Amino acid sequence: MHAKKVARYGLLTALALVLSWLESLLPSPGIPGVKLGLANLVVVFALYRAGWFPACVLSLVRVLLVSFLFGNGVSLAYSLSGAVLSLAVMIPLKATGKFSETGVCTAGGVAHNAGQLIAAVVLLGTTRLSYYLPVLCVSGTLAGAAIGLAAAELIRRVPDRP
Amino acid sequence: MALKGTRRNDIRLIAGLLLAAGILALFLHFTRTNGGSVRIEQDGVTTAVLPLDRDTRQTIERDGDTNVLVIENGAVWVEEANCRDKICVRQGAIRYTGQSIVCLPHKLVITIEGGSDTPFDAQTR
Repeated sequence: MHAKKVARYGLLTALALVLSWLESLLPSPGIPGVKLGLANLVVVFALYRAGWFPACVLSLVRVLLVSFLFGNGVSLAYSLSGAVLSLAVMIPLKATGKFSETGVCTAGGVAHNAGQLIAAVVLLGTTRLSYYLPVLCVSGTLAGAAIGLAAAELIRRVPDRP
Repeated sequence: MALKGTRRNDIRLIAGLLLAAGILALFLHFTRTNGGSVRIEQDGVTTAVLPLDRDTRQTIERDGDTNVLVIENGAVWVEEANCRDKICVRQGAIRYTGQSIVCLPHKLVITIEGGSDTPFDAQTR
């Protein structure tokens, strides 16, 4: 049982990494912070299938690995602040039971962008980024909803015991 | 399906977030003013303040990191940069107070400020 768990989390981590890499290949829309967040498919999947703790560990490991592989200290701070805030919103929202995967993930997307904006404000020492808020709010909502819809399908269709 | 309630809440949440973004965007749109000067900050330190109504092209350099800044007809943009993502270049031109161009890899922030509150030709470095 234990080995099976290790294998499953390893697989999920690898999948999240591949999705992060895949997304880095896509052309950027040119607005900082606007992206799909494909890897969150795996995090949301883990959140619903395995629980909040494995989802947090998975998210943390993914952020660390991606930053070490493709990024630097700055991108680590951004990703981490986005990931932490996103989970901090998604976990309690899921616990209320009032929203489906789509709603939880949408809120997570917006929280992720808010976290990145906060990191930018702290790192750059400027508070003059407020005009970004609407853009990041819309992009977080749309990306989060898209990922949430996909995650909901995934959670429904992937068999519990492979 | 028991999903009906959650589905409705999802849609309310999404609509609420989009509405909030829209109201915020409208507010920012109607309170915007043409800028007066351009503040250049590197790693949180202001290295220059340039007047927005004087056309110029200059290279901002720090430890081999370069961004080519252009001011023309009251707008500012980064024309060229040797950063890895080039997001600062793709952000295009800005002209209203409070707008900024950020080059994260170079820790560079270019912000437009109001005209009256900054000395007209305070150029420091």
